[in-house]
Amino acid sequence: MKIVVLVKEVPDTYEARKLDSSGMLARTASELVPDEINERALESALRYQDAHKGTEVVVLSMGPESTVKTLRKMLSMGADSAVLVEDSSLAGADLVRTSAVLAAAVQREGFDLIVAGNESTDGRGGLVPAMVAEHLGLPLLPSLDTLEITAESVSGSCAIDGGTLVVNAALPAVVSVTERSAEARFPNFKGIMKAKKKPLAKISLADLGLSPEPGARSTVTAAVERPVRAAGTKIVDEGQAAQELADFLAANRLI
Amino acid sequence: MFELNEDQLALVETVRDFATAALAPNAAKWDETKHFPVDVLRDAGDLGLGGVYAAEEYGGSGLTRSDAVLIFEELAKADPAIAAYISIHNMVVWMVDAFGNDDQRAEWVPQLASMESLGSYCLTEPGAGSDAAALTTRAVRDGDGYILNGVKQFISGAGSSALYIVMARTADTGSRGITAFLVPTGEPGLSFGPNEKKMGWNAQPTRQVILEDVRIPAANRLGAEGTGFGIAMKGLNGGRINMGACSLGGGQAALEKTVAYLKQREAFGGPLINQQALLFELADMDMELESARTLLRRAADALDRGAGDTVRLCAMAKRVATDAGFNAANTAIQLHGGYGYLAEYGLEKIARDLRVHQILEGSNEIMRLIVGRTLAED
Repeated sequence: MKIVVLVKEVPDTYEARKLDSSGMLARTASELVPDEINERALESALRYQDAHKGTEVVVLSMGPESTVKTLRKMLSMGADSAVLVEDSSLAGADLVRTSAVLAAAVQREGFDLIVAGNESTDGRGGLVPAMVAEHLGLPLLPSLDTLEITAESVSGSCAIDGGTLVVNAALPAVVSVTERSAEARFPNFKGIMKAKKKPLAKISLADLGLSPEPGARSTVTAAVERPVRAAGTKIVDEGQAAQELADFLAANRLI
Repeated sequence: MFELNEDQLALVETVRDFATAALAPNAAKWDETKHFPVDVLRDAGDLGLGGVYAAEEYGGSGLTRSDAVLIFEELAKADPAIAAYISIHNMVVWMVDAFGNDDQRAEWVPQLASMESLGSYCLTEPGAGSDAAALTTRAVRDGDGYILNGVKQFISGAGSSALYIVMARTADTGSRGITAFLVPTGEPGLSFGPNEKKMGWNAQPTRQVILEDVRIPAANRLGAEGTGFGIAMKGLNGGRINMGACSLGGGQAALEKTVAYLKQREAFGGPLINQQALLFELADMDMELESARTLLRRAADALDRGAGDTVRLCAMAKRVATDAGFNAANTAIQLHGGYGYLAEYGLEKIARDLRVHQILEGSNEIMRLIVGRTLAED
């Protein structure tokens, strides 16, 4: 079994995120870390590996050179090897382009199962896993809260309006997981010391047989900072407080 | 040696993630309820915190002392009491790993390094603290075993540990007549005093360990007869810088909390941090902590290299760092005013926890004695 986990490096969620002058996310404004959702995706793969020796887990990312740090962290958690697609022409690539490159990279790597996060913490497009599946002509099990991998298939459940969908697919397949899925482990000291000796391959667009497509990027037409939070409504009880409170909740469809 | 390498940065980051998630939110509650979180210690074991500098051969993490001081500082930022406990446990694991034979290492290091089992270090006695060579616990040879009698005082983890390393007298020849023994829990004649009521360190139990005709096989002797005092002292070099690192972490946390508080606390028409008298206090805290950090790293490096001045540097670093940490915590209380005295703000706990670091693993007076003697002997 070979599992490829798709990884994105994002600004740390715990710090304030900033936009640059062009309205794009300022990536250097806060510390860059592996997207937590990808750590959960990796955890799902590692749990299968823990129970099934001989399973190979590869983490794969597209990003700038700095992404090496994120991949090393994933290696220290237990992934066997890492692949970074690094090409300056890919800076700012849009979802369509990103998914095409990722699809080519996983194809080059070879896999039985691809595990991704359902959406990134920064861009939150939520479409890359589906687009990668489409490029590869494979089934997608999207936004799984639980995930079970067997030698031939993958299954899981995802929440939908008013219910839960239980889905499964034969391998090879693509799945994406939500933040309700497996809680990621901490890397241990041995893992950290071993991580730097594990293989980390850097490949370019040319290695994938692709050429630069300068137009395939997102552009921001307008960006507005989130308005400062306004003060809330204060209700002073002059005999009408209960009624006012009920009206407020009703007006906001909370009751 | 002044810049952390990539591995060290990754180690510190991992410990910070663990300490922030598993220790910090519970530290006040554990202190208040005197809860010893053995389940969380097991998680710490998964990380590799149980045998930080024990060799990888039997399950240790195989890191250096220079790595260890960074790790313990980071742990102590979240909870000095738990960080210090883990340091003591590590001293026990290292002693078995460094001085044990293959059978002893194979039996104990794996379960101790994973923190499935815990270890206690039993040197101090009711009548022998700083003057450890005067200890009176006795081990008498009895066929293929030894019979141990005596009382050990202030033993961290006692009652919860699976293994007790007991320093006992096998000959009346002062420090040369002391031998180290591995005493597993459950041996007939081994019992424990009540959990001591203490100023701090409430998240770990402290009890007497009482040995009454405890018979252990000769195979449980750690090293040769008469080598116990040397083993005890070698263990303490590392214990001292770890304890210094724990004080540094506590003091650093106190400083950071105080900076944040003085920025937002307004009085006399502006934030208190604008008061130069208070700013100078912060600067002094920062300078003392940073000096201690520098000395600690130098001592750890000496221990890693087995340098000739290791004992002197470890003693200096222990004294300087434990004083700096306590002073920072105490000043932090003062700068928080009345709020610093409230348990809710978490500063009085840091001061209570760090106070004992000036006393144990060789009191700070003994550290001065060690350093002073090296001057006198030159």
